[in-house]
Amino acid sequence: MTAAPDRPRAITPATPVGDRVFRGAVRFSGVLVLLVMGGIGLFLAFQAVPTLRVLGWSFFTEHLWRPESNRLGILSIALGTLQVAVVAIVIAVPVATGTALYISEYAPLKAKRTLVALLDLMAAVPSVVYGLWGFFFLQEEIIYLSRWLSTYLGWLPFFEVRTDVTAAVWEKSAYTSSVFICGVVVSLMVIPITASVMREVFASAPPGEREAALALGSTRWGVIRAVVLPFGRGGVIGGTMLGLGRALGETIAVALIISPAFDVKFRVLEKGGNTISELIALRFGESSPFQLSALLAAGLVLFLFTLLINVLASMVVARSRSGAATEI
Amino acid sequence: MTTLAEPDTGTDTGTTPNTGEPPEQSPRRVGGRTLDDVLAATGAALGGFALVWVVYGNLLPTSGKLGFVVCWYLAFLLLYAGVTALRHPRAVIADRLGAAVVHALAALLGLGLVLVVGFTFARGAEALGHANFWVSDLSGAGPLDPLEQGGVLHALLGSLVQITIATAITLPLGVACAVFLNEVGGRLARPVRTVVEAMTALPSIVAGLFIYVTVLVFAGFQRSGLAAALAISVMMLPIIARAAEVVLRVVPNGLREAGLALGASQWRTVWRVVLPTARPSLATALILGIARGVGETSPVLLTAGYTTYLNADPTSGPMVSLPLVTYTLAKSSERVDQVRAFGAASILLAFVLLLFVIARVVAQRSTKGGRR
Repeated sequence: MTAAPDRPRAITPATPVGDRVFRGAVRFSGVLVLLVMGGIGLFLAFQAVPTLRVLGWSFFTEHLWRPESNRLGILSIALGTLQVAVVAIVIAVPVATGTALYISEYAPLKAKRTLVALLDLMAAVPSVVYGLWGFFFLQEEIIYLSRWLSTYLGWLPFFEVRTDVTAAVWEKSAYTSSVFICGVVVSLMVIPITASVMREVFASAPPGEREAALALGSTRWGVIRAVVLPFGRGGVIGGTMLGLGRALGETIAVALIISPAFDVKFRVLEKGGNTISELIALRFGESSPFQLSALLAAGLVLFLFTLLINVLASMVVARSRSGAATEI
Repeated sequence: MTTLAEPDTGTDTGTTPNTGEPPEQSPRRVGGRTLDDVLAATGAALGGFALVWVVYGNLLPTSGKLGFVVCWYLAFLLLYAGVTALRHPRAVIADRLGAAVVHALAALLGLGLVLVVGFTFARGAEALGHANFWVSDLSGAGPLDPLEQGGVLHALLGSLVQITIATAITLPLGVACAVFLNEVGGRLARPVRTVVEAMTALPSIVAGLFIYVTVLVFAGFQRSGLAAALAISVMMLPIIARAAEVVLRVVPNGLREAGLALGASQWRTVWRVVLPTARPSLATALILGIARGVGETSPVLLTAGYTTYLNADPTSGPMVSLPLVTYTLAKSSERVDQVRAFGAASILLAFVLLLFVIARVVAQRSTKGGRR
């Protein structure tokens, strides 16, 4: 007669078999990616150990790369890598900022989508195409700029070129294959990355503040100065650093243009220079196991460098976007 | 009551005179250009041109076309600022100069893109015009042979084979990894996400070096298309996984909850709700990742080997791809080889453009036909 007492239904139902299989498979692929990717990092680190043990600190202070006499060091190539990246960034930041501002503030509404697509397209153009262009087109044109800079600004140590700048017939080859030309070409690859990060952040500047500035009688440039740039500062810094990460790792364009040299110098307009990735591309084939390990160590240094910069960049960008939400 | 009525009568008395004589009021123009804007800009541009035309080469320490344009632009800025200062306050000067600088920088970048693409196609057109360039390999054609002999079919085929293998590896793995990070999660998600993000920083040459050392030196395999595809995969996997994760993260949580509330299992929710919602942007992200992979030279340079023969078998023998052929031929000092390099680069660029257009079309169609 008495009814059975009500019992609460179990809230967490048993997971269906399909779900268990699904979760297992997806988790497996996640672990696989973790193993493969983490394995690469660990492999690089372990491969670099014997080199560093044999060479010690001299690996970082030696500027020559002469495996036959056991003198291997990355001082000059690390310096060259940084120089190419710095030249690229110095050119890229103003152009990318201008482009991002143009697309987010000045461009007509209808053209905006197309312009963003063009920017993405520029990021997708293969680096070998930029390299070809730099080698066959830009180099012929830009050596005049190099010469002008070294003639009139040669008193700055990094614009100096060790050649007779006042000669009647000037030596064109002294200005070709330089770090500067590589930097200009690499900047073309950096700009789309940097500009698209900046544009996104600029476009997300709060409309209320924009309208407030306009309502107070501000001009369009005033809105940019007072609202867009302060709100987008994180994007500017983060985008620049992401671009820097790309600039450090660029290989093929540099390998096409630069003529390898192993001296420690800061004269970016002068012929000759080297970067880590270019060294790997040139030397991997003829390497003994020891030299290969040294190349891997150099690659590890490059990777750690780009990694550090990317982590910092994503932290800065993430902080500037913290207000954005995607919930409905 | 009276307090309410009083303001009414007050406003009535206030409005009656206004309706009697309507003032001439028109809204101020907010956008667009005034005559003053246009005249100031064109006047400054023409004045700058004339000034530099006279002064250039006589007084200035410059010569050449580039210098002329730079000087003209600087003179334009000076005159523009001067003309504006005659009639307007400082804020307007800053506004106009800022606009001029921003437009110039954007135009500079546009010019760069046009030059890169245009120059590549212009130099490559000579090679592309020969039918044999598309249908034969380079085995019979040396650097001194004319363009009527030899082509880059082997590289085109190699590129297609390698990118197909790399896509077959990275696409399922990358998307599954993104689904894991976003839908399943758990304690493992954090390290996986960290490592994937870190690996997007891996320079492509280091990815190539890794495959070179492990597969070719340690394991003792020969250089082949498969090794090249593996190197491309190592480079593409973090890019694709990360792009897919970003796209999945944007899928609104409400849709997931709705699917689960209707009694669907998690698997069906992901398969029927999350992935279809994200499909267009997922496709765009993946196609862009593939475009990155197909244009990458440095991993292939270390692992694929170089050959002039047609080789469709990725497991044996060297197999070149379009970027590798471009790079190798560009370093030749013979003009014919350089033209071939530009031809290969043009095909590569056209391929990337095609992928890009497909990505845009996919994204466009989704935003138009979407039911949001």
